[in-house]
Amino acid sequence: MALHLVKNSSAAIGVLDLQGGVHEHLDHLERLGLASRRVKQEDDFTALAGLIIPGGESTCLARLLNIFSLKEIILKEFHRGMKIWGTCAGAILLAQKVVNDQPCLGLIDMEIERNSFGSQLDSFVSEAIIEAVGDEPIPLTFIRAPKILRVGKDVKILLKINDYIAAAENENVLVTVFHPELTGCLALHRYFALKCGLKPTASIPNNIDPHWESYSWTRHSRIA
Amino acid sequence: MDKKRHELNIQLAQMLKGGVIMDVTNVEQAKIAEEAGAVAVMALERVPADIRKHGGVARMSDPAMIAQIKKAVSVPVMAKARIGHFVEAQLLEALRIDYIDESEVLTPADEECHIDKTKFNIPFVCGARNLGEALRRIAEGAAMIRTKGEAGTGNVVEAVRHMRTMNREIRQLTEMPHEEVTGFAKTNGMPYELALKVKELGRLPVVNFAAGGIATPADAALMMQLGCDGIFVGSGIFKSADPALRAKAIVKATAYFNDPKKVLEASIGLGEAMPGLEIAQIPPDQLLAGRGW
Repeated sequence: MALHLVKNSSAAIGVLDLQGGVHEHLDHLERLGLASRRVKQEDDFTALAGLIIPGGESTCLARLLNIFSLKEIILKEFHRGMKIWGTCAGAILLAQKVVNDQPCLGLIDMEIERNSFGSQLDSFVSEAIIEAVGDEPIPLTFIRAPKILRVGKDVKILLKINDYIAAAENENVLVTVFHPELTGCLALHRYFALKCGLKPTASIPNNIDPHWESYSWTRHSRIA
Repeated sequence: MDKKRHELNIQLAQMLKGGVIMDVTNVEQAKIAEEAGAVAVMALERVPADIRKHGGVARMSDPAMIAQIKKAVSVPVMAKARIGHFVEAQLLEALRIDYIDESEVLTPADEECHIDKTKFNIPFVCGARNLGEALRRIAEGAAMIRTKGEAGTGNVVEAVRHMRTMNREIRQLTEMPHEEVTGFAKTNGMPYELALKVKELGRLPVVNFAAGGIATPADAALMMQLGCDGIFVGSGIFKSADPALRAKAIVKATAYFNDPKKVLEASIGLGEAMPGLEIAQIPPDQLLAGRGW
């Protein structure tokens, strides 16, 4: 299936294409009928309605954002009105405070701790209802996930589990420490699209795409 | 390992895509690697170039060293077990690192069997020279594949050969009629169901990194343009003149692999690369890629 390569259209959501789960987010956006594109050069960010910073390694992503001066561009577009959603490492980059590390973009008042559950052997799946997003339980995938330890008063907690916050937002930024792009659930992608002022054209019952498989990302990365 | 755990392990590798995994032998190197933007580090006592030089039996590294590195960095930590040495793998799992490399760089412990990776909760990455080898490892439970290349040589030619071979076989599969897959799978030692999966997906069903002989930013970009999902650099960084600079440069070139201007910028002023070895001048019994089956 062809990608929606919409250049300079305000109707598009970009996925930061430096490192990490890029194909997985593109796949979900496409399933919702949303225009999407990979962004990694300065011009790619122009007039995006929203930007997803995917999971990956936050230290790597932060270095690349700094080295290639993309940080300033993202901040400029953010102040222009571009919404941003960070999943896992993306959430770390958006936090104003990072335990034992420097903040990167600092666009949401919260404190986050990297790799807060332990090793890969401590990665896990669960599910929860996020009231702001919908009535159905949402599958949650945590991979070497961070924990949001506390948020400021202009930040709304969307999901709290035990002693940590797993999803939160302010007016312009959404953060999740889990990976909706690694499940068949499109609810969070729909939620972010609405936050960006976009209307997903595809209607999918309960936001669970029955055609999604864990392999689905590979169609954006074919060799032949 | 249950299906969900295996899926989570494949997904961790997906989160490493577009990144560089670096061999490190101590805490100081691990910190340099993390600071440069490595997505993971491979903790080992000697880099492949030194294993090659010293000869003898190369085994799993000292767990104390691996534990120190694990403590020092927040990126995932990988370590190597010998091919077939399932007890070394058990120890690495008990050490709670993030990924095991069942590696031909170490001396194989079993000349018939690779590790039954389905018995573990921890994920494994394995080397392959062709599609059949990759699919056999996946059938045994590997969650990630890498080319074997020829480690410790600073010569990318074998990694290119392995990636081109896999790509050619993937193209052949996608183009052939369904009824030819049985024979093709048999001839090339491919588990049939996985061959069908590759035919459907037009690529491996798991992440495939380049490894073995990558020494420059251009080498990394070359492997990425050939379709690899990311890069392992073994001896290439800490055997070069300026490891911190070279590590950063390879990270940049891997992220912007299809942008020659940025790869060029990354390639300027790095100092000497690691000394390279011509493959033809290595005695056949000292080639590492032939280990495993």
